[in-house]
Amino acid sequence: MQLGLVHFLILSALLFCLGLYAVLTRRNAVAILMGIELMLNAANINLVAFNKYVAPAALNGHVFALIVITLAACEAGVGLALVLSAYRNLETVHVDEINVMKW
Amino acid sequence: MRELAWLIPVLPLIAFGVIIAFGRRLPGQGAYVAVAGIALAAVLSIGIFVQGLGHTEAYEANIRWVPYGETALDLGIRVDNLATLMLLVVTVVGSMIFTYSIGYMHGDPRYPRFFAYLSLFAASMLLLVLANNLLFLYVGWELVGLCSYLLIGFYFEKPSAARASMKAFLTTRVGDVFMFFGILIVFLTLGTFRFDEIFAKVHEGAFGALTIGGLPLLTVAALLLFGGALGKSAQFPLHTWLPDAMEGPTPVSALIHAATMVAAGVYMVARTYTLFFQSPDHGALTFVAYVGGVTALMAATIAVTQDDIKRVLAYSTISQLGLMMLGLGVLGYTAGMFHLMTHAFFKALLFLGAGSVIHAMHTNSIKEMGGLGTIMPSTYWTFLIGTLALAGVFPFAGFWSKDEILLEAYHHNTVLFVMAALTSLLTAFYMFRVIFYTFTGSLRNRHAHPHESPPVMTRPLWVLAFFSVVVGFVGAPFVGAPIKHFIDFEGLEHVPFSMGMALFGTLVAAVGIGAAAAVYHWKVVPASTLRRAAGPLFTLVSNKYYLDELYDLLFVRPTVAVARFLRNFDVYVIDMIVNLVGFVGIGLARLYRVFDQYVVDGLVNLVGWIAKALGSTLRYVQTGRAQNYLLAIALGVIVLLAAGLFR
Repeated sequence: MQLGLVHFLILSALLFCLGLYAVLTRRNAVAILMGIELMLNAANINLVAFNKYVAPAALNGHVFALIVITLAACEAGVGLALVLSAYRNLETVHVDEINVMKW
Repeated sequence: MRELAWLIPVLPLIAFGVIIAFGRRLPGQGAYVAVAGIALAAVLSIGIFVQGLGHTEAYEANIRWVPYGETALDLGIRVDNLATLMLLVVTVVGSMIFTYSIGYMHGDPRYPRFFAYLSLFAASMLLLVLANNLLFLYVGWELVGLCSYLLIGFYFEKPSAARASMKAFLTTRVGDVFMFFGILIVFLTLGTFRFDEIFAKVHEGAFGALTIGGLPLLTVAALLLFGGALGKSAQFPLHTWLPDAMEGPTPVSALIHAATMVAAGVYMVARTYTLFFQSPDHGALTFVAYVGGVTALMAATIAVTQDDIKRVLAYSTISQLGLMMLGLGVLGYTAGMFHLMTHAFFKALLFLGAGSVIHAMHTNSIKEMGGLGTIMPSTYWTFLIGTLALAGVFPFAGFWSKDEILLEAYHHNTVLFVMAALTSLLTAFYMFRVIFYTFTGSLRNRHAHPHESPPVMTRPLWVLAFFSVVVGFVGAPFVGAPIKHFIDFEGLEHVPFSMGMALFGTLVAAVGIGAAAAVYHWKVVPASTLRRAAGPLFTLVSNKYYLDELYDLLFVRPTVAVARFLRNFDVYVIDMIVNLVGFVGIGLARLYRVFDQYVVDGLVNLVGWIAKALGSTLRYVQTGRAQNYLLAIALGVIVLLAAGLFR
């Protein structure tokens, strides 16, 4: 069986759904951050796959993927810092307990 | 100097304003400011007097105030010899009394206010004296009345003082209403308030043959004006307020109710003398003279029976004011004003002396005193000088002025002369009665510890005593009687000095003094025997001829009865109607309340309830959990995608 674009897209969709599920259901903020990573990487797979199968001569998809990885690193840094700060102040990393936004 | 005359009333007025504004924070709690105000006014007055010795024409200054028609109401002053004399008396006597008050009022809780009132009084009195028109004279007239009211009621926590101040105010107001009508008649007939214009027009005969109710209009106008003087100068029948006015602090009695304000009536008659003089057959003047004579004699008899030292002096003041009126009435223009001047000095002295005695004894009753002559020498000697002056003993001030009045009376009217002579006799008698009761013998109240007053009180006594001795010499024939040239009414002849009359006056005084000494010192006939002998007459006189009771019956009670009737009308008729309207209003209001409660409030509550119910339902959507929101977003995206796919 020849690997085609569709297989990559299915993989990426599954990965995105796993990430989304993690973000929506996990109580631990660190796990939520990990879910976000999954979703970003699902997008990366899409970018690279489209680059290879739709316009093999161009490098736009690769470059985009690199930018997304950089952005993901930044996001992880800021996100972990926020989690750390929240933990210091509220002594918890469970997002359902961090409810100071509630009326 | 005359150009600065306007400053004379303004200075005490400034003192009044400063004391009212700053009071206790001033040096001496405001007393020094008040004394400075009146003393500067006194200096100015003396300057004006010295400058005015040379010429006789009057100085006038006017500020146009309210223009009407072709002419205007002027705010003006007039400095002539009459006003100058009065200025001198008011400011000099005033300065002494202000100084004395520093000691007398010491420790009073309303000390600054006392000096503020005194200053306001001085300003008003000086305005009255300087006014060049009837209207401003009237303004000053009413202002001094107000100050008198405030100062009589100075100890307003005492009910008797509060009542006395009201009595004084209301009684003088009766006279003032007459005076106001008098001013109106003069203004409506002559069209001016200014004295010089009034006099000129009266001389031209502007009143002509106008009559009202059978009386010449000019006489009526003069008599109405004199009505004001009746009240202010405590003449019969409006004299009853003055003895009660003794409830005020003694310096007030001395300044206002002896020396200056009560003399304002005499001054006013002298000021408008042309009106009285020109009235047909001197009708107005004759009336003035008889009122004066009756007042003088009546008050002198009452004074004999009084035991309160200040009341004796009060009746003596009424009597002497009557004598001044009598003097003016018998064409003794100079004599009346001369007596006003001398009287101001020695009566102020006597009142201050009495104040010094009261200060030491804490009682007004002469029956409780006695033997104070050795304990309070300064007070005794000055009081004696004042008494000799009042009794008319040569060479004290009263001798010269009383002699003038007797002389004028003798030349014009025998009845009035007898009245004046009897008054003089009684005056000498009752004053020495006071002297014997107060200063000789032994102290009757064993519990009192009298002492001499402080120098700030005795020094003014000595100054006034000095004046009481020397001031009469301006009317002495051997120095040319300068007063007769200074105070002179055009068209009046002075009756020349007569040795016989002088001897007669001295004899009268001597008889009075001798009688007093016989009864109260040597006790040839004890006072109690005399009292029993006089019987009902004594009761009548000692009760002031029952005039207070008569007025009570005639005026006070009917007024109170009418007031009570009106009150009952108010309570039972007007209040009833008002209450009925109120009840109807309340009934209607109840009805409206039900409507409001169940309909209007119901609607309002419904709106509120709906909003609240919606809010409490929808608030559960806002969980505050980011994951829930995110879920909603994700579902929304899926729904949108699905909508896009299966369109």
